[in-house]
Amino acid sequence: MEKWYWMTIVVLVGLTVRWTVSLNSYSGAGKPPMFGDYEAQRHWQEITFNLPIKQWYFNSSDNNLQYWGLDYPPLTAYHSLLCAYVAKFINPDWIALHTSRGYESREHKLFMRTTVLIADLLIYIPAVVLYCYCLKETSTKKKIGSALCILLYPGLILIDYGHFQNIYNSVSLGFALWGVLGVSCDWDLLGSLAFCLALNYKQMELYHSLPFFCFLLGKCFKKGLKGKGFGLLIKAACTVVASFLLCWLPFFTEREQALQVLRRLFPVDRGLFEDKVANIWCSFSVFLKIKDILPRHIQLAISFCFTFLSLLPACIKLTLQPSSKVFRFTLASCALSFFLFSFQVHEKSILLVSLPVCLVLNEIPLMSTWFLLVSTFSMLPLLLKDELLMPSIVTVVAFCTACTTFFPIFEKTSEEELQLRPFAISVRKCFPRFTFLPRIIHYLFFSSVITMVLLTILTVTLDPPEKLPDLFSVLVCFVSCMNFLFFLVYFNIIIMWESKNGRNRKKIK
Amino acid sequence: MAAPRAGTGCGHWFSILALGVTLLKCLLIPTYHSTDFEVHRNWLAITHSLPISQWYYEATSEWTLDYPPFFAWFEYVLSHVAKYFDQEMLNIHNLNYCSSRTLLFQRFSVIVTDALFVYAVHECCKCIDGKKASKELTEKPKFILSVLLLWNCGLLIVDHIHFQYNGFLFGLMLLSIARLFQKRHMEGAVLFAILLHFKHIYLYVAPAYGIYLLRSYCFTASKPDGAVRWNSFSFIRLISLALIVFLVSALSLGPFLVLNQLPQVFSRLFPFKRGLCHAYWAPNFWALYNALDKVLSVIGLELKLLDPTEIPRASMTSGLVQQFEHTVLPSVTPLTTLICTMTAILPSVFCLWFKPQGPRGFLRCLVLCALSSFMFGWHVHEKAILLAILPMSILSVDKASDASIFLVLTTTGHYSLFPLLFTAPELPIKIFLMLLFTIYSISSLKTLFRKEKPLFNWMETFYLLGLVPMEVCCEFVFPFTSWKLTYPFIPLLLTSVYCAVGITYAWFRLYVSVLTGCLVGKTKKQ
Repeated sequence: MEKWYWMTIVVLVGLTVRWTVSLNSYSGAGKPPMFGDYEAQRHWQEITFNLPIKQWYFNSSDNNLQYWGLDYPPLTAYHSLLCAYVAKFINPDWIALHTSRGYESREHKLFMRTTVLIADLLIYIPAVVLYCYCLKETSTKKKIGSALCILLYPGLILIDYGHFQNIYNSVSLGFALWGVLGVSCDWDLLGSLAFCLALNYKQMELYHSLPFFCFLLGKCFKKGLKGKGFGLLIKAACTVVASFLLCWLPFFTEREQALQVLRRLFPVDRGLFEDKVANIWCSFSVFLKIKDILPRHIQLAISFCFTFLSLLPACIKLTLQPSSKVFRFTLASCALSFFLFSFQVHEKSILLVSLPVCLVLNEIPLMSTWFLLVSTFSMLPLLLKDELLMPSIVTVVAFCTACTTFFPIFEKTSEEELQLRPFAISVRKCFPRFTFLPRIIHYLFFSSVITMVLLTILTVTLDPPEKLPDLFSVLVCFVSCMNFLFFLVYFNIIIMWESKNGRNRKKIK
Repeated sequence: MAAPRAGTGCGHWFSILALGVTLLKCLLIPTYHSTDFEVHRNWLAITHSLPISQWYYEATSEWTLDYPPFFAWFEYVLSHVAKYFDQEMLNIHNLNYCSSRTLLFQRFSVIVTDALFVYAVHECCKCIDGKKASKELTEKPKFILSVLLLWNCGLLIVDHIHFQYNGFLFGLMLLSIARLFQKRHMEGAVLFAILLHFKHIYLYVAPAYGIYLLRSYCFTASKPDGAVRWNSFSFIRLISLALIVFLVSALSLGPFLVLNQLPQVFSRLFPFKRGLCHAYWAPNFWALYNALDKVLSVIGLELKLLDPTEIPRASMTSGLVQQFEHTVLPSVTPLTTLICTMTAILPSVFCLWFKPQGPRGFLRCLVLCALSSFMFGWHVHEKAILLAILPMSILSVDKASDASIFLVLTTTGHYSLFPLLFTAPELPIKIFLMLLFTIYSISSLKTLFRKEKPLFNWMETFYLLGLVPMEVCCEFVFPFTSWKLTYPFIPLLLTSVYCAVGITYAWFRLYVSVLTGCLVGKTKKQ
């Protein structure tokens, strides 16, 4: 037990890295007229503080929705309001209506960065520490190691502290993590409450909602729908409804209010994808410009079908066989399906996939490290735009070092380590020579890493040809997308073969 | 911070620790940097664009070259790399020039030259005997020592935020200490001679080197009771030592001797015109003395014993002026400080002569020299405390009593560096780094010596915990009070006086332990 001082040290290392990254530039620094996500967050403080709650989501002379209108659920708005009160106390100019647009100063940057750090410190970091503390069948050293790796994950640090996303990822992901913790430790109501908070903070958490739903439903089935299971189902449903009601209370006064919020949250008219995202649609548009050819509603339908079909098997599996391991993998694979196939995806949404992958770090160290590297790489164009090259490289190297130090990434890559044994066994029934899987994966890992390094170097050093100004960012997206597809298949294989795995183990015992 | 798996190769964890701290240093690049950044840029420009004869005469910038010649040559070499980054920083008249490339170059020059420090730490770790080695890697003295040295928060603050080149200089010092431990005395002597010509502040610890080399190297044997065996004196060793030191000095000062500029060089190196205390009081004896003076003068004014018109204004308004005039107590001259320092150093040096206890005894003497000069020196910088902290780390993993002294010394010493970083964005960084280092050092040394008596008594615990409310008051409460405008120096004063108490205590305890060790050894033998 006396080794727990290491956990404090790990947290402090995480905090130090976070704060040093935050000294760097943020998105849209000194770029009028629209600035960037940083200005969006400041603008929301201005709006929520100065306007009555009824006008937050409506276009008006005081609230131009074209200029960073509020398009996140109520909890985000409340959080902005809270920050605005603090800002008012320090310097009222920061949130003055109209006049504060594009306000930038050192003190203000410091203030904004501090709000992120505090939110992180209150929600995300305790969840990570507790999660690692609760890991089963692992040594203290492994627990501390996983905590360090998760806290050093570069993607989240760079987006929250460097880029400054207009929504605090650490809050929504932190709540989601509390949800995962609650549900896997059988504190189901607490878990559903935390997840509802996450969902009400950022609608993208919908990516995680199906696994949560299926896992809880599966648990109810397991306990028997006529007995305890039904009670649990009712209780969980009540918790969800109650927490939603509470969050949305001010908007339920009028029908139009709630509808307007929903319209703001799901902007269907924005198109299939924006900028360069490492998902199927963006990568595919290199060959065929779906976005321009097909009408909007068909795009919507197609993307919905693909998403639904790709996540269906895993969800069914989870409902039938609810275990916390399958749950974590399903979280990853569902979020990844959403990211790859759904409508209107941001490149930053990959963080929603990264969180569950972080959670399985000590089960499949090589694959999760690989995935987390690819996910950071997929945001390269964004990070370069924000002049975050230096902190990106440093944090990525630090993350790799931490992972290789604590987990035997390169030493052992057996089928067992990759969790692919049941799959390999069943394939071997048809092809007895199917023994080269670990070697192939190893080979793929290295070629993928080399590609990423080369592409990074190219992007940083070379200017793209004039005819193809987006050459490198499209390449980055394409490469990442291919990797993500591979991971989607991999996660699904693990999920689908999981039960046999469990049975095999029991047989061996 | 890495707590690597046990069982892997010895060098493996060390390189991970080194890599980890290097990455942290890279992250610190955009932090605030002090005027020392401009000082070093100016020196780059001077050495690059002027002939050697003008190096110590050039005075366009107020930051004139005041380090010994080797450091000037070091800047000269750096400047030849710098020209590939940004030619403009090498222009003498480009005062306060700081382009992003300049920043990158200067920061990286510190990070890269720190490689020497890393190597020196590696060598130092070899000198630690692994008798107590536990199975757990993180509980091995070697591991703890390398974290204590590599991740030293004071060095990170001073070098990589505040901006100085202490890393590789301390590397030279630790390397020479390691060489003495390895019985490679000549190399140790050469390294120290070179170090002296890089930065003359290391003169503080020169007595320890001189006496140790004379006593344990030039005299090849001692009597059984530790007294000198006069007939074992090796003349050849003395000559070779003298020769090598002379050669190094000739290499450094020779050119200036030829140019007949030695007096000018020395006047730059030892500017006695500066005040007793540095801009902000280093937490030493004089800080306590000044504080006492202030308290007495306030009491005197209250009781109408003093005439307000006679009191110098400066002493009442600010602790920040260079010249500090005492109102009640007698003023201190450079000569007084010199005598005090000498008196403070002498007993430890005597101990080293009469009761040599091998390299470990030498190291204790070295720490005492550094601490004594810090306590009583003229115009001491608060950064000089690192001169005692780093060598003390080596002692701390060996004996529980040393560990407890070390912890008091480092914690207060590092805390006293806080006023160096006064900008708001760096506030969390210094607190995190400090907590990181303090928590690690205390917990790991406690684990290492868990079988012995507790490292702290109640008084020490109370004192160290007192640093927390201290920090809260100085940095979080005080700026919001109305005193901020009328008495802006109060936090600095409080910090330096509070830390001075701790450092004096550590100095005293170390002295007591060395002297009793010396006397007990004597009586036992008799």
